[in-house]
Amino acid sequence: MLKLENISMTVNGNNGENREILRGINLEFVPGKLYAITGPNGGGKTSIAKIIMGIYQHVSGHIFLNGEEISGLNITERARRGIVYAFQHPPRFKGLTVGNLVRIANPDIDNLILRSTLRNVGLCPEDYLDRDVGPGLSGGEIKRVEVAQVLARDALITIFDEPEAGVDLWTIQKLIGIIAEKYLSNPDSIGIVITHNENMLHICDEIILIDEGSVKAIGNAEEIWPLIRDDMECKMKEQCRGEVVYEL
Amino acid sequence: MNFKDLDMQLLDTISDLKGIPKQGAINIRRDGQAIVQKSSPNIEVKSKTDKPGLTVIVKAGTKDEIVHVPVILTQAGYKDRVYNSFIIGENADVTIIAGCGIHNDSHGDSSHEGIHEITVKKGARIKYVEKHYGQGEGAGKRIFTPSTLINIESEASAEMEMVQIKGVDDTVRSTVAHIHEQASLKIIERLLTHGNQKAESAIEISIEGKGGSGQILSRSVAKDDSVQIFKASLLGKTECIGHVECDSIIMGNARIKSTPELVAENADAVLTHEAAIGKIAGEQLIKLMSLGLTEKEAIDTILDSFLN
Repeated sequence: MLKLENISMTVNGNNGENREILRGINLEFVPGKLYAITGPNGGGKTSIAKIIMGIYQHVSGHIFLNGEEISGLNITERARRGIVYAFQHPPRFKGLTVGNLVRIANPDIDNLILRSTLRNVGLCPEDYLDRDVGPGLSGGEIKRVEVAQVLARDALITIFDEPEAGVDLWTIQKLIGIIAEKYLSNPDSIGIVITHNENMLHICDEIILIDEGSVKAIGNAEEIWPLIRDDMECKMKEQCRGEVVYEL
Repeated sequence: MNFKDLDMQLLDTISDLKGIPKQGAINIRRDGQAIVQKSSPNIEVKSKTDKPGLTVIVKAGTKDEIVHVPVILTQAGYKDRVYNSFIIGENADVTIIAGCGIHNDSHGDSSHEGIHEITVKKGARIKYVEKHYGQGEGAGKRIFTPSTLINIESEASAEMEMVQIKGVDDTVRSTVAHIHEQASLKIIERLLTHGNQKAESAIEISIEGKGGSGQILSRSVAKDDSVQIFKASLLGKTECIGHVECDSIIMGNARIKSTPELVAENADAVLTHEAAIGKIAGEQLIKLMSLGLTEKEAIDTILDSFLN
């Protein structure tokens, strides 16, 4: 079980004043369940993911993994304890091939499984195994490579940060199927998806709504979606000075 | 010929030789002497009579053969100068594995000055691989000053891979190429410097024949207090295509100066360049650490991938 206990985080704002971006977050994630974290942009979703992975340190509160406090562990140590995070904006690596990057994620991966993992995210192994994870790949391709890595790692806790962003509709639907198959009712793993995608939300067991650095609600898709839908519409109005440009 | 372990280790590092190949042409030069020299039915290898060095003549139409011409320096403080000429016959297709390894345990400098002239005749193809490597605990420097002149005749092509692995204190490299009609050249340079090492490389490609193409791809890593200076120059005299790409990772207190230069003397010359110098991005390290690598393993992985 992964437990976040009273997590708060403060950063220096643009005006030089401290700004609390997360306050008093208490969450529990148990194996066999697939969780969604959703909410407006800037609400703190990615910060929670990065705190779990150890990318953001110096936060107050405690994180426990299967009873062990891991708050003081660095990224590598947390990765080796079974946490993996698929970045929202993955970096590129000149000279590192797709195949080798996936093998770093899972050095023991069988070639057949490696190839099927790439196929599952819409990457033909023949075309992509030896290609650089560099500027030659589009944003969507980089994103699919990122998802392939974390799927290949087969970790205890897998966090996907907006896996749908920049990915075509066909691949999103396939991805939703793969995440459902891999994490729903799997007693050996916890899946956490940061998402705005309605279809993705509907496959998750539990949805956590984060806004303004706090947990606003926890429930299933039927309970949470209406709250998000209203909020999304409100944001649209703000962006277009009060006029609804299109219906959700 | 008896080889010492040190010889074999250097040969393996610079040319992947685990022993003397039973087939194919070869010349191994150790401390100024050709200790192995063998021609094949299609490739003649002979020592020059007027100065130190070799002439390698590949018969027209020779296909899929490899010539090894490595140089090793194991004698303390040895200074070697060698003049090598390669003539690749029409429509031949061969690989030349050159390179030099220096072991210097002394306080005197060891140096290798390789002066190469390569002629690739009409319709021929070559791949030329040259690796430089230095080792030894002495305070004496390990110095390389290679200079290469390559002439690529019409419809011929060449790929040159020039690699400085590590342990080289000073390098001054000069490469000049002339490309004729429908001919092509691709130069791949990979370089690692560390400590107080200094490396300087100047590449000049002159595309003189219609439809010719030239490409320079340079990747380097400068660590510690090392210094790298690159000048990659493309001259398009006629309708042609040329591209220069210089990418460097800088670490510690290293300094890099990279100067791509394009000169077009014809309106149909299409010449482009890209140059980038930067440190390892923090997000790259974080990404690899989130896959279980330590920070050091992540850095090594990024650098190895970048250079290989």
